[in-house]
Formats: sequence, structure tokens, C-alpha cells
Amino acid sequence: MSLLTFREALRNALIEEMDRDPTVLLMGEEVAEYQGAYKVSQGLLEKYGPKRIIDTPITEAAFTGIAIGAAMAGLHPIVEWMTFNFGILALDQVINNAAKMRYMSGGQTSIPIVIRGPNGPAEFLGSQHSQNLASILTHIPGLKVICPATPYDAKGLLKTAIRDGNPVMFMESELMYQLQGEVPDKEYLIPFGKADIKRAGQDVTLLAYGRELHTALAAAEQLATQGIDAEVIDLRSLRPLDSETIFASVAKTNHLVIVDESWPIASLGSYIAHLVAHDCFDLLDAPIELVQMEDVPMPYNHALELAVLPSMDKIITAVQLSLSSTQQA
Amino acid sequence: MTQHKDFLTRLLRQMLLIRRFEEKSGELYGIRKIGGFCHLYSGQEAVAVGSIATLDLSRDHVLTAYRDHGHALAIGMDPKVVMAELFGKSTGSSKGKGGSMHLFDPNRHFWGGNGIVGAHIPVATGVAFKIHYNEEAGVVLCFFGDGAIHQGVFHESLNMARIWNLPIVYICENNQYGMGTDYKRVSAEPDFYKLAQSYRMHGEQIDGMDVEHVYDQVMAATAMARKGNPVLLEAKTYRYRGHSMSDPAKYRTKEEVDQFKTQDPILHLKSKLMNNHDLTAEDFDQLDQEAMTQVENAVKFADESAAPAVESIFEDVYTNNSSPPPGES
Repeated sequence: MSLLTFREALRNALIEEMDRDPTVLLMGEEVAEYQGAYKVSQGLLEKYGPKRIIDTPITEAAFTGIAIGAAMAGLHPIVEWMTFNFGILALDQVINNAAKMRYMSGGQTSIPIVIRGPNGPAEFLGSQHSQNLASILTHIPGLKVICPATPYDAKGLLKTAIRDGNPVMFMESELMYQLQGEVPDKEYLIPFGKADIKRAGQDVTLLAYGRELHTALAAAEQLATQGIDAEVIDLRSLRPLDSETIFASVAKTNHLVIVDESWPIASLGSYIAHLVAHDCFDLLDAPIELVQMEDVPMPYNHALELAVLPSMDKIITAVQLSLSSTQQA
Repeated sequence: MTQHKDFLTRLLRQMLLIRRFEEKSGELYGIRKIGGFCHLYSGQEAVAVGSIATLDLSRDHVLTAYRDHGHALAIGMDPKVVMAELFGKSTGSSKGKGGSMHLFDPNRHFWGGNGIVGAHIPVATGVAFKIHYNEEAGVVLCFFGDGAIHQGVFHESLNMARIWNLPIVYICENNQYGMGTDYKRVSAEPDFYKLAQSYRMHGEQIDGMDVEHVYDQVMAATAMARKGNPVLLEAKTYRYRGHSMSDPAKYRTKEEVDQFKTQDPILHLKSKLMNNHDLTAEDFDQLDQEAMTQVENAVKFADESAAPAVESIFEDVYTNNSSPPPGES
């Protein structure tokens, strides 16, 4: 085991996979000479040269499309979007080409591509730089959507993403790159479609992914001081979704609070709430609570920004509401 | 001389097949055997046929937009399989999941058939990127209409093709109308080939109604492209039918259409063969009859083929294949 940051874990995954397979390459804005806007690709240009670590002009739509074409023809490109906000320019390529080429060709093609970068709000970045596209992309059949929250998961899931034959959207967070965690020195892979119970508990299930996992874990610690034993599940893989692990936890706790850094309408959280309400109706002792972004664009002022985001307080309030509903029942 | 006659006769055969195929497609659309959007290639045959005849499809590649029947037949797809796809049958090239706009034949390096104007231009550039990355000998022909040339991804792609010296020939089939809009009304520079200059790329306007001329020009362009000098060709051509089957083409006069029909690429080649190569009227009729028979057989095949099973809707969304390193598959 070594103590690595999230960005080092990602970098190590890139290195292992680039060493393994010469068709794996990294392209994006500032990934090579600048060493990466968030330094995930630091040192890679020196190690692999400009043939495989490729600086692009600021043309998200076309370099994403180029990677899609290269993938269709046999390479395994990794595209770094400086942020998923900029990737919105390339959503035509992702939604119309990457996600649909296999289907439209009747299974004759496949697009083994990974598109990765920071997703979701950071701090003081304003509306255009503070969006979480997880729900929007999870909506699209043909894509896989992965959102790790720890260095261990980041490395194991990125390696799996690079080896997957399908387009994988791999969502990181600017605020997590410095996060440290234990990572095995030996090679390992983490399969898609498996949620991870990050904290076992009996009283309520907290479901989260990405950066908000850490908010949920902090809330669980706080709740413990109040005698409430929360189970915290990290989805890790949004599509495919591990409904089995979610249902098993709800069967145990009978209470569910979903923390989802999406806007509430037509979100991943609301879909999971539907699944649980439908499949676990008799197991629920209280209505499912959703803690999501407030339904507004992100403001610049930090106090306002914090008011828009899911927070520990909002999660604790939701848990208390859920548990008090039981008492009323 | 005989060799040249054989070559020209081969091109004539292909153009006749496309013309008869499209006439029949229009007819079958009218009786609802073919549905959705159906964009016919009649009038433009010389462009696809003359261009694709220059290729070695074991190493070269073709991508086009939604007016793709002509290119599909020119690369050698079986008219039966193409017609079955237009019928939405299980025997179609995409098993009935693609339709008219999404014909694919990866074995012949034909990568679609794309329904979003201009969206395949970066994808085609990505296929050229793969050739360059693997240091292969191939070249990519990327066909698109005059309507696509103002899309951002066209310009973004040309820029990257030039800075990376990719082996690709962009062929703008200027059929004069982007749907119902005369290209001159919406183009700051109506001589599209001149746009190549902005990307330090060779650009040329060619007569898209003369198949032999197209062949020669594309051959010269691919020779440049194979050496890492991408090229933009603007083929001046004309479509006889509306943009799609639902377009009565009221934005142009009958006189204009008739005027272009005097330059018909098939009649042009026919008279060349009759004047210079002893082709007789009977020979021509024989070739035409063969094309009609091929189309009749294709229609019969499509008509008699089974509809796809409803369960097949869930197939071909994802591949289960991961991508093992070369040598381990």
C-alpha cells in the first residue's frame, strides 16, 4: 500500500495502461507540454512523447470526434476535457456518435474511448464552470458513466474504463485531486456496476457518488454522535447502476436518503428514488429523501454557492426527517 | 485502350446501378416500403464512383453523411443488403437499426452514414489519425455536402488535419442546395475550395459531373494526402431530386434542373464511351438492364426478408468485449 493523491492514482492508472497497450493515448487541451491543467498528466509527455500525449487546440467537439473516429478504427484514446463544462461543446459527438455508432451499425462497430476530467462545482467559478453533468450523461444509452470518490477507486476504475470496449465517461472533481488515500502497489481492477459500502450502518442508507460521498461520510459521523447509525453507499458506477446493493441496504435500514449533485428535475437521484419506491415499496418506513443541488444556476458568491450545494446540514436534516416519519407512522 | 474501356465501363456500371437503385428507392418510398428520411443521390453519381474507384479498400477508408446510398454501392456493398436496410429488415446491413442514413460496412472500411450535418467530419479525421498513428499507408475520403461546410467541426477538423499532417481528402459535394437554401445565399466565400488556404492546405474545385475527371483529381489528391498533406476538394455537382423524399424542391426551377440534366454524368460517360471506345447503344442498354435486374433482385430480397425480432432492440447497445493488449486477444 502507498498513500497517493487522487491525481497520482489516476496518473498511475494511465501509466500502467499505456505501458500495457501501445494503442492507448491521451489527448486534450494542455495535457502535454503544460503537464495537464490539473497535473494529472504530469510527466507523461516526457515518458511517452508527443505521439501518445497529444496537445490539442481548443476545439472540444472536433478533438472528441477525432478520438471517436480513431477508436472506431482501432485505437484506444483517452480524451481529457479540461472540465466537463467545456465538454458540452462536444456533446453532439458523444451523444450522436460515440453512444450510437454501435447500435446504428447493427453491432458492426465499437467505440473504446474514455472521456475524463473534472466534473461538478469547485469554488468561486460561477455558473458556466460549476455544473455536474452526471445525470445528463447517465441518461444516454450507449454510454457508461463512472464517478469515483477515492484514490483507490479512481485507479481501479480508470484501468477498467480504458479496457472497456464502450465509450466511458469518467468523472473526476477538481476538489478531489489532492485527496489522499491508500492504494495497493500491486495491479488491480474494479469492475463497473458495483457500488461500494463505504460505511456500514443499520438505521438509514445514505446513497452518494463522487465528491458528495465525502459530504455523506461526514454527515454519517455527525449522525453517529446523535446515536444514528448511517450506512453510506458509494455508487461509483452510475451506468451501469448497481441496484442490487441499493435494494439490499434499504432492506436492512428501511430509510433512504439520496445525495446527488445534480439539479433535481429528471436527475439520477430521482430515477433511483423511482427504482427503490417501485421495487422496495414495502420495505420503506418513510418517503425517500433527495438532497440535490438547488434548482438554480451556480452563483459566484461563496456563501450563496454553499447554499446551492448539498451539504452536511442538508443531509442530516433529511435523515432526521426520514427517521421522524417512521415515528409518526 | 481496351483496358481503359473496361475501366470506364466499370464506372458506368456502378453509376447505372446507383441511378436505378435510387429511382427504385424513390418509388418504394412512395408506397411506404421505405420510411423516414430518404435522401437520394441521383445526379451526383460521378462523385462517389469516381472518387472511390481510386481507393484500395484493404487500407483506405470512406465516411459520408446521410445521402449515403451511392457511396455504399460504390464501395461494393451488396445492393440486397442495402435495400434490406432501407426496408428495415433483419438482413439489412445494420439489421434494421440504421436505415437509409446509417449504412456501414467496416469490412470494406466504410464507416457510415451519419445523420447530423458535418458530425462525421471529425470522426473521419480520427480514422486518418489512426492511420497516421499506426504509420499505415492508407488514406481517408470524407464526403459531405455544401450544407456541412459552415459547421464548426469542419473548420476545427481541417485545422487539426493540417497541424498533424493527416492522410485525408475532404470532398465537399457541392450540389448547390443545403436542403432548400442556395449555397450562395449563406456562404461568405462561395468558392468553397478556397477555404483550404486558411488551413495551408491544397484546395481545388473539380467537375463533379465528369467521372473520369473526378477519378484523376481524387487520385492526385490522395497521392498528396498519403504523404501527409490533407486536401480539400470541392466537387461541383447537382442533385435531381429534392433534399429528401418529403421535399418538392420548389426553391428551384424546372429549367434549372433540366439544364443540369444535359450534363448528366451517366450520359456524359456514355457518349465518351460511344465516341472513343466503340460502345454501342445496345451495349449501353444491356448494362442498364443489368443494373435494373440487380435492383429488382435487391427489392425481392428485401421484401422477402424477415423483420427483425422485437427482442433485438436490446442488442448492439454495448459490446461485452474489453480491449486486451495486442497479442493477447
